[in-house]
Amino acid sequence: MRLIRTDEQRELADATRAFLAGTSPMARVREIAETPGVCHDPDVWRRMAGELGLTGLAVPEEYGGAGFGHGEVAVVMEELGAALTPTPYLASVVLAANVLLALDDEAAAKDLLPGIANGSVIATFAPPVPGDRMPGARAHGDGHTLEGPVPRVLHAADADLILVAATLADEVEDGSGPLAVFAVDPAAPGLTRTELTTLDLTRPQYRLEFDGTPARLVGPSDAGPALERAMDLAAVALAAEQLGGMRRCLDTIVEYAKLRVQFGRYVGSFQGVKHRLADMHCTLEQAESIVRYAAWAADEAPEELPVAAALAQSFMGRAYFQVAKDSLLLHGGIGFTWEHDAHLYYKRAKSDELLLGAPRHHRARLAERLGLVT
Amino acid sequence: MTDIEEYGRRARAWLETATAGLPGEPGLQQAREFMARLYDAGYSGITWPEEYGGQGLSVAEERAFQQAAKDFALPVGVFGIGLGMCGPTLLSLGTEEQKRRYIRPLLRGEEIWCQLFSEPGAGSDVASLQTRAVPDGDGWLINGQKVWTSVARQADYGLLIARTDPDAPKHRGITMFIVDMHHPGVTVRPLRDMTGESHFNEIFFDDVEVPADQVVGGVHDGWNAAVTTLLHERVSIGMGATRTERPASFAGVSRRAAERGLTADAAVRDRLVDLYLRERAFDLLNARMAQEVKAGIAPGARGSVIKLLLADLTLFGADVAAEILGPDVVAHDGADAALARALSWAPGMALGGGTNEIMRNIIGDRVLGLPREPQVDRDVPFRELRVGTQKETGK
Ligand SMILES: Cc1cc2nc3c(=O)[nH]c(=O)nc-3n(C[C@H](O)[C@H](O)[C@H](O)COP(=O)(O)OP(=O)(O)OC[C@H]3O[C@@H](n4cnc5c(N)ncnc54)[C@H](O)[C@@H]3O)c2cc1C
Repeated sequence: MRLIRTDEQRELADATRAFLAGTSPMARVREIAETPGVCHDPDVWRRMAGELGLTGLAVPEEYGGAGFGHGEVAVVMEELGAALTPTPYLASVVLAANVLLALDDEAAAKDLLPGIANGSVIATFAPPVPGDRMPGARAHGDGHTLEGPVPRVLHAADADLILVAATLADEVEDGSGPLAVFAVDPAAPGLTRTELTTLDLTRPQYRLEFDGTPARLVGPSDAGPALERAMDLAAVALAAEQLGGMRRCLDTIVEYAKLRVQFGRYVGSFQGVKHRLADMHCTLEQAESIVRYAAWAADEAPEELPVAAALAQSFMGRAYFQVAKDSLLLHGGIGFTWEHDAHLYYKRAKSDELLLGAPRHHRARLAERLGLVT
Repeated sequence: MTDIEEYGRRARAWLETATAGLPGEPGLQQAREFMARLYDAGYSGITWPEEYGGQGLSVAEERAFQQAAKDFALPVGVFGIGLGMCGPTLLSLGTEEQKRRYIRPLLRGEEIWCQLFSEPGAGSDVASLQTRAVPDGDGWLINGQKVWTSVARQADYGLLIARTDPDAPKHRGITMFIVDMHHPGVTVRPLRDMTGESHFNEIFFDDVEVPADQVVGGVHDGWNAAVTTLLHERVSIGMGATRTERPASFAGVSRRAAERGLTADAAVRDRLVDLYLRERAFDLLNARMAQEVKAGIAPGARGSVIKLLLADLTLFGADVAAEILGPDVVAHDGADAALARALSWAPGMALGGGTNEIMRNIIGDRVLGLPREPQVDRDVPFRELRVGTQKETGK
């Protein structure tokens, strides 16, 4: 078990951090977040893909990637989470690429992965969240058509390729048949995208409505196990993003507590403040350990991944929100202003906590995977 | 198999044989014998310098041994303060003669050590201690009282801090001594703690002579020495945690909950998940810090993070175990004795070695670098300070 980064991973983190500091400072993050219709900076994306080679990190070389691991993707996610960069990285490089890899469909992988790996294609995948209704798919000749809504999809307006999970309508029994994955062209007929009002302004989400939309089946007709693996990998990557954001929140408030004076003292010298910061630091230390472990398991211990992923999401969702909330509160009134960045992290933290399903779902999954459910 | 794996494998094989004949609750004599065998086999003081009786190996071997030892109940508790705190303090600050004289017997369990810091008037603020040491011929004469001293009854030696200059501010007039616990002027009285047993003691010193060469780390420089001991204490409390079985562990509690059919209840499962999350988070942090130490990053004040989280986990585990397993824990016929005991033990972890509040102060000040609280007593001569439990004077 490896819980500290390799030298290469540290270098990757430094390079990514320096790049984001230059290209995605908070002023730019806000500019994108507050401009309607703009969801990311295509120039930054191109350089992330080309110069830094970040989009193909975990894609095997045979599909045009660099053949590194999920640990490297986690390194990048941590920096993106800290910088709050608006980017389709999670949608494309994490969600879509991992689904395609897990489905084990050689032809589709050869066809679709190289574009994702070199960044020329932005893909997205709508994670099936417990409790959501899935669209239905019907066979038509040698293809399929999709029917029904997908409640939330990340970055659907930027996407050149949309992957969705749908129930095979012909095999449905009382509404819950096996899930299969379909690739959809965003320009296909019968597809409506509606932009949702998101709490987190840096990460756009859309509702999709399919009405006889042609789609290509990718992988087996029961994609259950592949989806599970892809969702576990997404849980790990998201946890890394949460860790990065959490660390930034703590750094920011610690710095402020050393500057702000009330009652003739730095507020950081009051125990009411200091002890909360100490507790936040303890949470961060644990969070980093869990994320390092989960990233290690993703690459090196696939048999541990299901528990590690559920552990990571069960812990990180609450932990990040708690730290982001306390960081905001300890800033005082200025933390409540639009100008201050605290609310951006607070909103990201809450959205992340729910992105792959509510905390109770992660906890229930963890209980199941720990063998508590007989 | 790497050398380290091979080392761990041999350690495990040795432990299997060595623990085979041990009774369930070994007495002091058996513990001493076990420690001697452990030492003779090369598993005590693994990283300590060879010239003083250690093995001179790396943290990797130490870790491999601890990893192997996790699965065995070793009767080494009584040596914990010597091995975890007093020994390391002597290694960093002791004179050549002190190291030659004391380290080997300490490692072999021939001599047991205790830590004589806390006093009735000086716990968290141990620098306000009142036990006096005055020059006496070639050495020192000690008078005063210590309290909450673990293993003092079994101890042969203690590391004691005493005031040697009451005219200096409190941190500057303290000296650390090695004290012979068998001196006739030392009286040890067991104190019954909340478990119903006596794990700590109060100790009275009446004209106890201590030779000059038993000063550790310089006259009036005892505060630095004490800080060294306390740093070791936090690290050893935290990292040693894996050595002993936690009665309220996730594995233990969930097994018993399942046996009683309680895990059919989703609310119970959710509480078990809470316990799992905390336990895993703690264990993984502990493991990560160990890997960092191995990679050359010293834990420093971060030992306080481990200590605080372990205290929280211990209290939480006992609490949740009782909540899940129900009234049988608090009114049992013997079957739930270990858990009932865990409930009574738990607060000790949050007090001994520094309270949770003190840990948070240390994390804030030394890990996060936050501004300190104003200290009203820092530069005042000790003589003029109010210390300990005082009646309101109206000032
Ligand atoms: C099981 C056990 C074993 C022990 N073993 C030993 C031993 O072997 N050797 C030894 O020397 N001592 C030992 N101790 C003593 C232990 O170190 C002290 O009890 C502890 O440091 C607290 O000191 P106190 O009891 O005087 O409480 P106090 O210091 O009087 O604390 C009272 C309360 O005030 C709080 N408080 C105090 N100062 C501050 C502050 N600056 N900021 C915020 N809150 C504060 C505390 O957190 C606590 O809640 C042991 C204690 C226990 C419980």
